[in-house]
Amino acid sequence: MPVEAPPGDAPELEDTTEVATLGLEHQAERAKARQGFLLGLPTIVYLLIFFVAPLGFVVAYSFATRTSTGRTELRDFNLNAYARLGDDIIMTVAWRSLWMAVLATLICLVLAYPLAYFISTRSPAVRNMLLVAVMIPFWSNFLIRTYAWRVLLDSDGLVTQGLELLGLGDGRILFTSNAVILGLVYGYLPFMVLPLYAAIERVDWSLVEGARDLYASGWAAFRRVVWPLSRPGVIAGSMLVFVPSFGAYVTPAILGGNKEGLLGSYIVLQFLSARNGPVGSAVSVVVLGVMLVSTLIYFRAGGKNL
Amino acid sequence: MSAMRKWIRIVALLGILSVVAASCGSDSEEAAGDFKQCDAGETDGDLAFFNWSEYMDPDLIAAFQDEFGVAVTEDFYPSNEEMFAKISPGGTGYDVIVPSDYMISILRSEALIQPIQKDAVPNHVNIADKFADPPFDPGNTYTQPYQWGTTGVGVDLGVTGHDIPLTWGLLFDADLAEQYGLSGKISLLDDPRETMGAALKYLGYSLNSTSADELAEAEAVIADAVSRVAAFDSDQYSELVVAGETIAGHGYSGNFLWDFEEGESEYTYFVPDEGGTVWVDGMAVLVDAPHPCTAFAFINFLLDAHNGAQLTNFNWYASPNGAAEEFIDQEVLDNQIIYPSAATMERLEFIEDTGEFEIEYTDALTRARG
Repeated sequence: MPVEAPPGDAPELEDTTEVATLGLEHQAERAKARQGFLLGLPTIVYLLIFFVAPLGFVVAYSFATRTSTGRTELRDFNLNAYARLGDDIIMTVAWRSLWMAVLATLICLVLAYPLAYFISTRSPAVRNMLLVAVMIPFWSNFLIRTYAWRVLLDSDGLVTQGLELLGLGDGRILFTSNAVILGLVYGYLPFMVLPLYAAIERVDWSLVEGARDLYASGWAAFRRVVWPLSRPGVIAGSMLVFVPSFGAYVTPAILGGNKEGLLGSYIVLQFLSARNGPVGSAVSVVVLGVMLVSTLIYFRAGGKNL
Repeated sequence: MSAMRKWIRIVALLGILSVVAASCGSDSEEAAGDFKQCDAGETDGDLAFFNWSEYMDPDLIAAFQDEFGVAVTEDFYPSNEEMFAKISPGGTGYDVIVPSDYMISILRSEALIQPIQKDAVPNHVNIADKFADPPFDPGNTYTQPYQWGTTGVGVDLGVTGHDIPLTWGLLFDADLAEQYGLSGKISLLDDPRETMGAALKYLGYSLNSTSADELAEAEAVIADAVSRVAAFDSDQYSELVVAGETIAGHGYSGNFLWDFEEGESEYTYFVPDEGGTVWVDGMAVLVDAPHPCTAFAFINFLLDAHNGAQLTNFNWYASPNGAAEEFIDQEVLDNQIIYPSAATMERLEFIEDTGEFEIEYTDALTRARG
């Protein structure tokens, strides 16, 4: 076999130049990545210290040992806390939290979709004004706004009295689960409106015209064109409402009278009152896991149809 | 350049590890036991005070700041358990806390509070004999008493009328709720020991019961009452009664009296015939208090006869300060809600630390809430 093959020289040369340019591109890319990393470093360090590390502690605590005086000690790692998760009480609390979160999300969706649709079909100037109006509640603290609802909902409150005048309700809203749902919907509605607005605003309205030209009814055009195109907003908004509602603590405590346990208050109770860090941590870890998995599934499923 | 990247990663990791290590390491250093020695009236910086809400006269804080030239920050907690959960990991920066009796034994056994330097607290001689040697802290070695009081029921008599039975049944019994229109107008403390304890007392048991059967009965009482309860609340039970949002509330004597002054209706507070809780809160200095000398100066300041009287005249809880008595308003001393009669005292019990059984109390209350 002859070793030298002169005709093959040219391609080989080409190869090396390609490798060289590739290398240059690579270098440039890496430099960019490094730059990005350095720019992101403060945030990354911040997240590691204030998010990842505490999360690690929570996970470690969930396997830790509770002393007879209620102190959590990081030794004799065990699954005792997880064994308690099947208890009736935790299951009841979990189902109630799930149900309330789903209900709050659905109500938010029903209320927010027409509003977002309305806003995104206005002229830009009006649109901006309406968006600011949606965001205005954020200018004051959530806790203060929730306490304000207490005044509106108590037996002499505007809402309660108003409903009574209309012959609705038995004069009691505060400290019921209706008050909790109302508080959740009120608190998280903007989180539903804003992503929905972003999605609907991006819809190409010529597609709707096209649908109408092809004799689609208004409803059919909405169902077949606008709704599918706005689905990313529906998904994002639903997640933004569902996730905080599922772990809500402040709203049930202030408006619900801390009565029927929800997961958020159950976790707080375990840490602050029962002095049972392991069980509180185990519930937190499972809640976190469930939300993470359902978020992933939801986005995967939604992603295919986008 | 990959070396560069590796380098960055290593530095970042080391940084995080050192932060984590530092935060873990800090609690193991305190066990040493030799605390900074303080002289009477000595201060070593600003004071961080962790106290129950609506329990301290702001004027006293101001007077202390003026006299000693230090600033005081006051934070609040609604229950012993919450305070314990917050301070037990250490490093909170708080100097003085105000735990109740059973919590004092827990804090002592957990070595979270340091001995009182009696030389730095000369006013300890003002403490009445009755409070000088309590079972939860023999000889007041770790704490100095702050105030004492009872836990019972506050009622809006304007709604119920004056003719009410003095029983826990007002909070727990369906028939009485029906009779006095209390349904949905009741609040219970959000506190496992107090609330389960009230139900135990209602059933005629000790509120320190460690019997699973008795606790299960008490749990059934609360579970049955939940449908008539408006809220579990340890902060605003008295405000809720005065606002008309509730008619009967479970809570502490002084807070009820305090808020009843504001209300337009006629109110009363009583310790039920079945008996209730008597408690003493003590002032303690945390082992890792950053300013122990200011802490002792503060405790000494509050044990002064005049200041102790001012505190009681402000918060309407009884004073353990014997020397203060002559400066306390006569109407306060004569008030049987603040200073219960000997007959009432007979029926009262201290909450005691039940060790492993504490968790049963919490779980019972959580289950009962449904």
